[in-house]
Amino acid sequence: MRPIALLQVFIAGGLFGLGLTYATMVQPEVVLSFLNFNDFGLLLVLGCATGLTFVVYQLIPRIRKAPLFAAKFSARPANARSRTLLGALVFGIGWGLSGVCPGPAIASVGAGNWPVLYALGGMLIGAYLQGRFFSAK
Amino acid sequence: MNWAELFPMGMAHYAIGGLLIGAGVSWLFVSTGLMGGASSFLTTVWTYLTKDKRFATDSNVSSRTWRNVYSLGLIAGAFIGVQLFGLPMNVTEVAPWQLVIGGLITGFGVRLSSGCTSGHGICGMALLDLDSILAVLVFLSTAIVVAHLVTMFGGVA
Repeated sequence: MRPIALLQVFIAGGLFGLGLTYATMVQPEVVLSFLNFNDFGLLLVLGCATGLTFVVYQLIPRIRKAPLFAAKFSARPANARSRTLLGALVFGIGWGLSGVCPGPAIASVGAGNWPVLYALGGMLIGAYLQGRFFSAK
Repeated sequence: MNWAELFPMGMAHYAIGGLLIGAGVSWLFVSTGLMGGASSFLTTVWTYLTKDKRFATDSNVSSRTWRNVYSLGLIAGAFIGVQLFGLPMNVTEVAPWQLVIGGLITGFGVRLSSGCTSGHGICGMALLDLDSILAVLVFLSTAIVVAHLVTMFGGVA
């Protein structure tokens, strides 16, 4: 990947991390408050983020043949439905217990929410166990 | 029930935060054509430590650089938000055991599912991918049940 493209990746990640912080999602208490039906704000976060991305994903490939700094638009990798849904079930258990999902876990390092490193460490080990013993091939 | 009860902390910061997140995911696509959730990084980073073919697949090795950079961006963006813009950030009081065990289960689940709140929730749903939409319904409802159970038994929530 060209350095200019990697710079765009960094900027994109930066907007993502700023948005997570702006939406207070780097605080697990806010996520748990949503999951406990005390504050429905996270539906607004998801709705706004997905809504904007939906427009861009649908529109841009129709008006441009290629992205600005790469040869082609890529697709999301495929995964068997059974694995997708079983994994989602497992993920929901962990998310409901901790209030931390992967994006905020990583962003918390920059936000200075240090105890969330416990969750990020757990995620890295969990991802290792999945790859080591339950990878697709 | 009125709006103020549904959103006791207000609505604007949630909407603006969501739009910023969407802008990041959108810019990644417009500039590089990539679709980026946050969780693949949890697997690709292991390719630096193991030659195991279950990790060192072509797609994991070829995507690991940009996924590192994306994660660094997430960290930088959050840092700028708190340090430069003074966004509110309270250090969490959720119990370490909840964070470790919850994180472990989350790491396993998101990689088995090939996506998390951003991969399925934002990218997959924006593509109207049926499996992603189903995955979001599953992890959201499971998390709601588990969080209620934790609260019921006296955990931090």
